[in-house]
Amino acid sequence: MKRILLGAGLCMTAALALAAPAHAAKTIVYCSEGSPENFNPQLNTTSTSMDVAIPVYNRLVQFEHGGTKVVPALAESWTVSPDGLTYTFKLRQGVKWHSTNDFKPTRDFNADDVLFSFERQWKTDHPYHKVSGGAYDYFKDMGFPDLLKSIEKVDDHTVKFTLSKVEAPFIANMAMVFASVFSAEYADSLLKKKTPEKIDQVPVGTGPFQFVAYQKDAVIRYKAFDQYWGGKAALDNLVFAITPDAAVRYAKLKAGECHVVPFPNPADIDTMKKDTSINLMEKEGLNVGYLAFNVTKKPFDDVRVRRALNMAIDKKAIVDAVYQGAGTPAKNPIPPTMWSYNNAVEDYPFDPEKAKKLLADAGYANGFETDLWAMPVQRPYNPNAKRMAEMMQADLAKIGIKASIKQYEWGEYRKRLQAGEHQMGMMGWTGDNGDPDNFLAVLLGCDAARIGGSNLAKWCYKEFEDLVQEAKRTTDVGARTKLYEQSQVIFKEQAPWFPVAHSIVFMALNKNVTGYKMDPFGHHHFYPDVDLKQ
Amino acid sequence: MLRFILTRASLVIPTFLGVTFLSFLLIRLVPGDPIEVRVGERGIPPERLAQLRHEMGLDQPMWKQFADYIGNVLSGDLGTSIVTQNPVLDEFFTLFPATVELGLAAMVFAVLAGLPAGIIAAVKRGSWFDHGVMGLSLTGYSMPIFWWGLLLILFFSVQLGLTPVSGRLDLLYYVEPVTGFMLVDTWLSGEKGAFASALRHLVLPAIVLGTIPLAVIARMTRSAMLEVLGEDYIRTGRAKGLSEGRVIGLHALRNALIPVVTVIGLQVGTLLGGAILTETIFSWPGVGKWLVESINRRDYPALQGGVLLIATTVMTVNLLVDLLYGVLNPRIRHAR
Repeated sequence: MKRILLGAGLCMTAALALAAPAHAAKTIVYCSEGSPENFNPQLNTTSTSMDVAIPVYNRLVQFEHGGTKVVPALAESWTVSPDGLTYTFKLRQGVKWHSTNDFKPTRDFNADDVLFSFERQWKTDHPYHKVSGGAYDYFKDMGFPDLLKSIEKVDDHTVKFTLSKVEAPFIANMAMVFASVFSAEYADSLLKKKTPEKIDQVPVGTGPFQFVAYQKDAVIRYKAFDQYWGGKAALDNLVFAITPDAAVRYAKLKAGECHVVPFPNPADIDTMKKDTSINLMEKEGLNVGYLAFNVTKKPFDDVRVRRALNMAIDKKAIVDAVYQGAGTPAKNPIPPTMWSYNNAVEDYPFDPEKAKKLLADAGYANGFETDLWAMPVQRPYNPNAKRMAEMMQADLAKIGIKASIKQYEWGEYRKRLQAGEHQMGMMGWTGDNGDPDNFLAVLLGCDAARIGGSNLAKWCYKEFEDLVQEAKRTTDVGARTKLYEQSQVIFKEQAPWFPVAHSIVFMALNKNVTGYKMDPFGHHHFYPDVDLKQ
Repeated sequence: MLRFILTRASLVIPTFLGVTFLSFLLIRLVPGDPIEVRVGERGIPPERLAQLRHEMGLDQPMWKQFADYIGNVLSGDLGTSIVTQNPVLDEFFTLFPATVELGLAAMVFAVLAGLPAGIIAAVKRGSWFDHGVMGLSLTGYSMPIFWWGLLLILFFSVQLGLTPVSGRLDLLYYVEPVTGFMLVDTWLSGEKGAFASALRHLVLPAIVLGTIPLAVIARMTRSAMLEVLGEDYIRTGRAKGLSEGRVIGLHALRNALIPVVTVIGLQVGTLLGGAILTETIFSWPGVGKWLVESINRRDYPALQGGVLLIATTVMTVNLLVDLLYGVLNPRIRHAR
């Protein structure tokens, strides 16, 4: 027994004594928060799974690094027909595909690849349509099956998309991760080997990093792609170390085992801010948390009541208490990082006296009774809806409004709100494509005001609707900006919501990481500009 | 002996059914289904919802879903994960070696530290060492795993920099999995330093996971030893002039080990339960962490299959321990 103990002891001491080996040159380690479902962004909906596909793939157009502006990528340029129905993309030439042990590309990227990538999601009889379950949630949610009329290969380097209706956000949608371009040649070779599902597990793309290996639930490895059309990445290797616990991610960052750490614990933010050994970045998320007034129900059909409520709730106190430094008060339905955000709009002041007067004018001098629905779960745009509801309840009581808080299970909650069962209900939204339409039409448009639609105020206001619809039909960004700015003014006047806050997203980085930019969509990018100081 | 085995094995069937039923039912009692979890704010049109529910078989009555599931399980099909679309069995056995490796390491740690501590405590009954061991083992037994793990990480990995924070192997090394056991694979790979790295990664999680079994083993050894030390044959041994080492090491320990072996066997369940938390803290890619993610994603087939396979493991080990018990102690074997 003694001998065994001694032996084990020696082994452990020897192991401990060996210092950790230094990382190879320019390997960046990103401690991701969870395991991917697979490596195909067409199939996934979670940001965790999108992140693992981003280094590998390109889209025809992409969002600029750290922003929401759409820039050329696999398409060098595009033109829109005067009627706004046809988009012709000129494809970049000489773009190389990655290779794997089993696949060596024989040709560069061309129009066939674009057709393959969209037809897989679109055509139910496509040989790949049913592979890996084939849900294609984003493709369907963004309305592509109805929107697309045809996709044609004009020549090897030209592709023409014809739409069934004018849709200005189309270009922004094409920059979303689900619109990534896959290799048709790789797909064919897998089909011949009768292993089509491999396309979703061993990705072959044109992106800045080439997939090397995935050890389930542990590590994903990439290496920089030498022949990348945009120039080789400054980094040599990219590693995702899957680390689900936020406290452990922070510990790994401190111990030098991670360079980039997403989603820090809210409770750790203060400590991190004071920690000089790390670099804490923050950015307003592309989101909004709000309280919707159901305008189809009394007394919220009266704009004076809605305005009164906007003045009765102390927004700043709520943001301070509930978001604890990770939120900024919202005045518009779209976040400030989005183009066309109208900063000239003035929020209603917190003024309970004036609110009381407005209520009296509307015939509710003694207040009224109502309900106040609060989400049962934590969401990115609202860390604690229950607490928020309690604070609102207290503020409203001061002007004579008796609000009773209601909660349901999350799925049930959404369903009932969309059915319009509430009088006042909390909800929020995180943007998909950085287009204002994705907020204004989806959350406040007439089409979404139907029973079961996502316009929870059930507010259909002609003047606002006309502006948003016109913007949807206009492809010129300058003109669209003006229309959206105007629509925000009307939103404020009509007050269908009490906009609460835009949450702030944090990222913690090793001091040696340079050039990292936070992505407004909450994805994580390591190209271009990202580098490690030696 | 054969009858003994058969009697024990027949008890496995109702346990197996019970576990299957519970894992099937409990996850369905948790609000939200796999579709709702992935839908989010956007909502889903009723016709798509109906189609997806149909594809996943969730539109069937509960009893039918269960009957189908049992039927499939009996024919060896645990279904495919809703999230990854891979067969549950494949996923489980990719990750299971990591859990087994961690569990074995924890057990080795618990036995190597627990047995001697319990023996010495019994021999020096009432001494400061005895009180110390018993006090510490009570503390260890009551310690929340999550807190204990983080504490060790903060001290040994962040403050002292002695051990890595989490993972199974330094990212510098890439070892192709052969057996799935990192210690074995790194040894086979022949890559310099890889084995040491795997060992260093194993130390903290093994200690965290082994703490509760360690406490149990130390206490059990102590009380079993105390009982045996009071026996007549020990007095006889001493009277006939045997050395103290021989009396304790040979005559006392051997008899005291019988209940300890049973306790060690029972700890397998504790280990696998504790592995769920330990793996989450140490980002250890085993079945525990996988189960937690399956719960979050409401991945019914993965969760049901995982629980079932773990339960099967625990039942098998307990059966083996019972048999071993019979081997160690002929009185039990012959009594049947």
